Amino acid sequence: MQNGFLRVEDLKLHFRTTRGPVQAVDGVTFHQARGRTLVVVGESGSGKSSLAKAILRLLPRNVHKYEGRIFMDDVDVMRLTNERFRRQVRWVKAALVPQAAQNALNPVLRVQDQVAEPLLTHGKVKSKEQAYERVAEVFGLVGLPTDFMTRYPFELSGGMRQRTAIAMALVTSPDLIVMDEPTSALDVLTQANLMNVLKRLKQSTEMTFILITHDIATASDLADDVAVMYAGQIVEQSTARRFYTAPLHPYSKMLMSSVPTLREDKELQHIPGSPPSLINPPRGCRFADRCPARFDKCDQEPPVREVDGSRVKCWLFE
Amino acid sequence: MKPIQVFDKTMRADAAADDVLLSVEDLHKWFEIKRMGLFHIGDVKAVDGVSFQLARGESVTVVGESGCGKSTLARTILGLYGPTKGRIVFDGRVIDGQDREAMDWYRRQVGFVQQDPFGALPPFMTVHRILDEPLVINGIKEPEERERRIRKALEDVRLVTVDDYLTKFPHQLSGGQQQRLVIARAIILEPKLIVADEPVSMLDASVRVEIMQLLGRLQSQYNISIIYITHDLSTVRFFSDRIFVMYGAKLIEKARTKDLLANPSHPYAQALMNAIPDPDADNVERFREVPGGEPPSLMNPPAGCRFHPRCPAVIKGLCDVQEPPHFQRGDHHLVACWLYGEEHAERTA
Repeated sequence: MQNGFLRVEDLKLHFRTTRGPVQAVDGVTFHQARGRTLVVVGESGSGKSSLAKAILRLLPRNVHKYEGRIFMDDVDVMRLTNERFRRQVRWVKAALVPQAAQNALNPVLRVQDQVAEPLLTHGKVKSKEQAYERVAEVFGLVGLPTDFMTRYPFELSGGMRQRTAIAMALVTSPDLIVMDEPTSALDVLTQANLMNVLKRLKQSTEMTFILITHDIATASDLADDVAVMYAGQIVEQSTARRFYTAPLHPYSKMLMSSVPTLREDKELQHIPGSPPSLINPPRGCRFADRCPARFDKCDQEPPVREVDGSRVKCWLFE
Repeated sequence: MKPIQVFDKTMRADAAADDVLLSVEDLHKWFEIKRMGLFHIGDVKAVDGVSFQLARGESVTVVGESGCGKSTLARTILGLYGPTKGRIVFDGRVIDGQDREAMDWYRRQVGFVQQDPFGALPPFMTVHRILDEPLVINGIKEPEERERRIRKALEDVRLVTVDDYLTKFPHQLSGGQQQRLVIARAIILEPKLIVADEPVSMLDASVRVEIMQLLGRLQSQYNISIIYITHDLSTVRFFSDRIFVMYGAKLIEKARTKDLLANPSHPYAQALMNAIPDPDADNVERFREVPGGEPPSLMNPPAGCRFHPRCPAVIKGLCDVQEPPHFQRGDHHLVACWLYGEEHAERTA
């Protein structure tokens, strides 16, 4: 995972609330090589979506703290001003497919105009005609018939709208695409179809993907690497092969054994207790209260250790 | 009251046991669509000829995609919608919504677990009041008895210690705890049947298992029958005795859970199985075989088999003309597909 195209170091995003700052992303560090797909898994409220927003600097108003370093091609994009970030990074280097993107389209614009908009805004094409040519190209990539280009969003099904949102992220050929739960609102068959589309994209382009999801089974369709998030922090980052066969962190282990399987008979486990509040997270390891392997040291913040190419934040690997 | 025994050709192999609690017979629920509130344009046939029997203490899963009519089926069984055609026989009594007294009785026998626990709980009521209300409405007058039942229900769903929870409001509970409260409310009248409409789809994976196990335990402890409605086949094997696969407002395959998972027969059921990945790093290498297309419109469903426009094994001139009946594929295994009984078709061509 060296020479990463994307390096995120000690990224923090805290939100201001009436009860104190919520530490939604609290010291996240990871590296990602070009052309690989990183899947970020975690329970709801673990800060996955906030991480996506933090990477693309799409922040709400109540930000309390936003700091750390994000290198894309060795440029620290956190140092850029908002305007330069908008011009040089967003859509150009990195694009987001937001959660429930199928409902995020503008209902009164034809889909071709929406998909073409980033091209025109960023001056990537000279004319509307050129933009539409490019739109037709990306429609082909995501498996949408080009005669749908002139339709309005309400004339498309949920799966088609989701494909449109992905086409929109692809249209400027960014290096990195961050997808926040791209399939979770879709039906099983539609979801499988879309996963095939993404897999084909992944194989045919050099693009780097970050996929944010709570669905561990579906994530295995795309994952090269897996990062497990818990209470605003990444507790394990491993290759997909390692994570799906023998995860290291106690939380990853329990998470894996709570995933129901269709073909294999296994005893399902649940994780007792609930995740800590992100307003006043416990000192030390944030998973300690629910951890079966807890011992004295867990009252202190665990360091991140490299174990056979994985990075684990747990005292067990000291 | 003597139980009414109704059998027809398609149902003979369906009854899993002699002790039938619920019998759904040729149930239809159509919603009329009018233009300007006057002119009839058509009907959305959300449930279109569904029959099955459910034994006492048995749990079945109805699995299907969104828009296939599974939630309408649940609500019709609950008596929230009156059926357009067909009838429901529960414990020997016909439930048709006409007889007020029978309806009140029926509602005490059936509990409902909704999909979205937070939406299903009144935000301004405490846990105690949420559980007290159904008891008051159903005429349990003694406060001690109500108190006893409330405590028992909370203990049954493991919201302990009970005193910590009684004064809380729904927003003070986590998603899993809210769903437990919904289940407590569903069982507080000691029903014989629980209808659970996607009870875990809004919950995290780690909590999901807990709720599934809770439902399973209640089922065996109190011999409650459960109808579990879901779109997610992977949660099924840990829970139900039988599976019904629903597509385009009809049940297209009925089988025991292990038979269906080992040997899905309808091409749609096979596609559904293929589409669901198990967590496995090798998945990255494989493409899934999935039929394209979209589920049928329930206003103008395709002629013949409703899956035929998407079916990889379609038999031209048969599947698109004649609707397949349920063919027997094995013990308690029925499939509505011509692949398993082509010789019975009346060919016109």
